[in-house]
Amino acid sequence: MSDKIYGLIAEFDSPAAILHAAEKVRDAGYRRWDAFTPFPIHGMDQVMKLGNSLVGWVALAGGAFMFLNVAGLIWFTNAFDYALIVGGKPMFSAPMTFVPSYIMLIMGGALGALIGMLGLNQLPRLHHSLLDHPRFALVSRDKFMLVIGAQDEKFCVTETKQLLESLGGTHVAIVEDKD
Amino acid sequence: MADSVTHLEALKRLAPPAELNRAPVVEGNQGLGWITDKLSTFAEGKTPLWWWILFLPAAFAATVIFPVCLFYQVFTGVGVWGNNHPVMWGLDIVNFIWWVGVAHAGTLISALLFLTKQHWRTTIGRMAEAMTVFSVMMAGLYPAIHVGRAWFDWFMFPVPNSNGLWPQFKSPLMWDVFAVNTYLVVSSLFWFMGMIPDFAILRDRSTTRIRKTIFSALAMGWTGSARQWHNYEKAYVVLCGLCTLLVFTVSSIVGLDFCTAQIAGWHATIFPLYFVIGAVFCGFGMMLVILIPLRKWCGLENIITKSHIDKVAKLALVSGLIIDYIYLMEFFIAWYSGDPYERWVFGHRLFGHTYMILGWMLIGINVCVTQLLWFKKIRSNLVVLFIIGLLINCGMWSERFVIVVGSLYQDFLPANWGKYMPTMWDIGLYIGTLGAFFMLYLLFVKFLPMIAIAEVKGVLPEADPHHPLGGAKKGDHQ
Repeated sequence: MSDKIYGLIAEFDSPAAILHAAEKVRDAGYRRWDAFTPFPIHGMDQVMKLGNSLVGWVALAGGAFMFLNVAGLIWFTNAFDYALIVGGKPMFSAPMTFVPSYIMLIMGGALGALIGMLGLNQLPRLHHSLLDHPRFALVSRDKFMLVIGAQDEKFCVTETKQLLESLGGTHVAIVEDKD
Repeated sequence: MADSVTHLEALKRLAPPAELNRAPVVEGNQGLGWITDKLSTFAEGKTPLWWWILFLPAAFAATVIFPVCLFYQVFTGVGVWGNNHPVMWGLDIVNFIWWVGVAHAGTLISALLFLTKQHWRTTIGRMAEAMTVFSVMMAGLYPAIHVGRAWFDWFMFPVPNSNGLWPQFKSPLMWDVFAVNTYLVVSSLFWFMGMIPDFAILRDRSTTRIRKTIFSALAMGWTGSARQWHNYEKAYVVLCGLCTLLVFTVSSIVGLDFCTAQIAGWHATIFPLYFVIGAVFCGFGMMLVILIPLRKWCGLENIITKSHIDKVAKLALVSGLIIDYIYLMEFFIAWYSGDPYERWVFGHRLFGHTYMILGWMLIGINVCVTQLLWFKKIRSNLVVLFIIGLLINCGMWSERFVIVVGSLYQDFLPANWGKYMPTMWDIGLYIGTLGAFFMLYLLFVKFLPMIAIAEVKGVLPEADPHHPLGGAKKGDHQ
């Protein structure tokens, strides 16, 4: 396909309509397509077979990293580098390290969740071809749009357009690739 | 045919009665577009007069009174405050705990109610989160200057230095540094992440170049694709879980600062729970104070409905009742312990002539006024609720004063006894932080999406693909 085309966009009026259309597009064998909606649509994950998001693992990694590092830091500072006796307690023990380590686990987990979300979504990005499409701004309002990418093996301007129209999509149009 | 009619009637009999139906999240809903317009107009429209009337005094307090009191204290020393032997923790710590408390209800509403799938939280969640972020900022300031030499604050962080010294991690005061900083960072992240889809809405609606640039940068290229939502929802759940943990952690650690001390009135195992619940109670009071006027002035009566305010009031009642139970236990244990110092402190909370007014304010408001919330008539009267909200904040402030100062001013040795009176610099700094809080809040209300637009749309029946309003046809199931 031409390098200048990003894909074909079609507009739907309701969550049920786009969910239905997404099922049909998937069944037609397309693989590089996505649905753009004002809010997450219940059931779309299953239709797109997205599985479990990796964000949770990134958060877990962030949390575990912080927890172990802070526990290590406390051992290094209070028991190794400058051993400090406070109230006759042991130099290093689990209870004294737990609270700061746990607090920093929360910090690491939260940073991991945000960074994981942004990373997996390829954000922040300066530009996206879809944002130039004049009707795309309606996605954040009340329209539901389905885009089939030109990179898809099955993509064909005429046939794909026919499919989207047959599914009830309106304003089916070509999105130019300006990236 | 006859069968299906009887079947239908049997179903109708099984259906819950009308009074058990849930109140709609948004009243008078006219569709997704209408909601989007309604919720974005305030951030886009002309600034109303009431905003200026509130903003100017708040800005004066934040930019004049606040820095003057702050700099005078930092340049002169903690002596400008009323803190002196034996009351070394005065209004600075009282206000610190009070501000942390205000923060907690925000996180609780936003995070815990998300995990328990309370859809009504979407309408007030963002405002609650903003309350959290700004009040943690105010809270964090107090310990930083209370140390006396604010330029040595970096000693609290494990930074390698030429003295070869490190923080002492066995102290709960040290844990506090981590807790408050983490709370600030995590609640800001949570607040910011929640706003990304709404920044995209404001970006798409922007008409001027400068708005477009600002909101494009904040939205970071958000398109609202199913893949983005997929990761976003997961991250949101994780953040909600972590924030809920923080609600129970931060105030517990503040409570530990007290209960590790030997002072009668502080040395009690109930303190972590006490501070968490007190914080939440105080925050619900602040929530009422903020929500009730804003919903009217911003024309959001259909979005933040009376039913939502009623639920906030019920939550205030629940946390108030737990607080009352804890008061009862505190007095009971003080008596039951047989410890004369404990008995002395608790007796003097109510009958010692120095601070008895505050002690009775605590009982009068937190125990008695809270009981008014049992009545539906009171909960549906917004003016009364607003006043109750203000009173709860005063009551909780006096509680913190009673705990901090009331336990310190008469300790074990009568030769050590003294009085504490806040000076004008104490009070000025408090007014300054109040001004800074409200100034930031008003700026947030005016310029950022104060209601989580995408989230509210997501819980409407129009957003459910299996609901007729969401476009589902009869028998359309998957």
